Amino acid sequence: MKPVRLALAALALLAACGCSHVEPWVKPYERENLADPIMAWDRDPVSSSYMLHVYESREGARGAAGAAGGGCGCN
Amino acid sequence: MQLIRRIALLLLLPVSAVAGVLPDDRADLMYHYYDGGGVTIDGPSLLVRKKFAEKYAVNASYYVDMVSSASIDVITTASPYKEERTQYGVGFEYLRGKVTYTANFSNSSENDYNADTASLAISQDMFGDLTTVSLYFTRGWDDVTRRGDATFADKVDRRIYGIDVSQIATKSLILGLSFETITEEGFLNNPYRQVRFLDPDAALGYSYEAERYPRTRTGNALAIRGRWYLPYRAAIEGDYRFYTDTWDILGHTAEVSYTQPVFDQWTFDVHARFYTQNSAEFYSDLYPRENFQNFLARDKELASMTSTTLGFGLAYEFKPGHMDFLDKAALNLRYDRIHFDYGDFRDLRVTGVPPGTEPLYNFDADVIRFFFSGWF
Repeated sequence: MKPVRLALAALALLAACGCSHVEPWVKPYERENLADPIMAWDRDPVSSSYMLHVYESREGARGAAGAAGGGCGCN
Repeated sequence: MQLIRRIALLLLLPVSAVAGVLPDDRADLMYHYYDGGGVTIDGPSLLVRKKFAEKYAVNASYYVDMVSSASIDVITTASPYKEERTQYGVGFEYLRGKVTYTANFSNSSENDYNADTASLAISQDMFGDLTTVSLYFTRGWDDVTRRGDATFADKVDRRIYGIDVSQIATKSLILGLSFETITEEGFLNNPYRQVRFLDPDAALGYSYEAERYPRTRTGNALAIRGRWYLPYRAAIEGDYRFYTDTWDILGHTAEVSYTQPVFDQWTFDVHARFYTQNSAEFYSDLYPRENFQNFLARDKELASMTSTTLGFGLAYEFKPGHMDFLDKAALNLRYDRIHFDYGDFRDLRVTGVPPGTEPLYNFDADVIRFFFSGWF
């Protein structure tokens, strides 16, 4: 049940955070660099998903792949 | 077979790294090729994503693995084989304000394995859109069978709980943090793979018996990453992942990558990745006798090992003149060379030496992706 509790706690935190207001220290008009396509976590999902599959089929560790992941049901 | 045995899902689409914006309308058609350790796998992959009214998005994917295997396990305990795995996936995204809801489903099938996977995710921008938090839950249902044995059928039930945080730190730096728990229950080993044990009566000095794994496994993975925009329009990224599970596997993964646009239309990528793990608690390359313990494994994946990858990518972006419906297109070539080195998995192709003194196994793999991307 641990993962369920963790997910519920995270969900509660998410809900609480959604109500608060924080002054952004990087203004929207200052995000030109971050908006450049070369700054994307996962520029080509079709390729990164495949490499994830290559590694998860041959290594014992898996998971936490971030934007390239989303959950791999590798057996 | 052992390579495919551990596959259930490939193109379950990601939780978007940036909530509040749906992904671009885009189609990717890829040819993938893997060659290493006596195994060749290639095939096509197709991924299409389309937005509607800037609020909804759908995606569909198709993927094929055509496998030709004469791996070290196969040639020492079985016969080379060929087989095919096909996977279909569909997904739906709904954007409401700063929240994105995502649902995905995929099916993977081959002649002795079927896997259905469903995933739900919620992603929200917060703190002035500097932070994106995503929560996801994935459920998988696998059916395992064994060729030539109509009496064998078993299942795997899989649940994945994950949280992903993406944080804008400065005008040029973005940070990421991911945590994922994976629980599995059912038939987790390969129904074909065998372990070896010392047998003085055997010609080789050892004999084989079937693997036996625990029927449950829970793993936790924690990853941190950062991507930095360099002053001359280039990007560098560093990633680290820590993994541990109830089979006592502990793994570390570190990766660094560099992206450099060249001229107007070219983008060059280079990356290096290092991975290391210790062996599972019940793993052994050579057991002292038959039925030595409750759980038995001689799967390379559960051995102590390292893998080292060096790779590069080249992308060429252009406006296709004869395809007016495309805003832009790109051709991509990616190549990776991976070296796998095992600490307690021995090369049984070498005979005539005392059991347990064979050289340790290692191999190199070449991985190629060539794909066309079109934005419409």
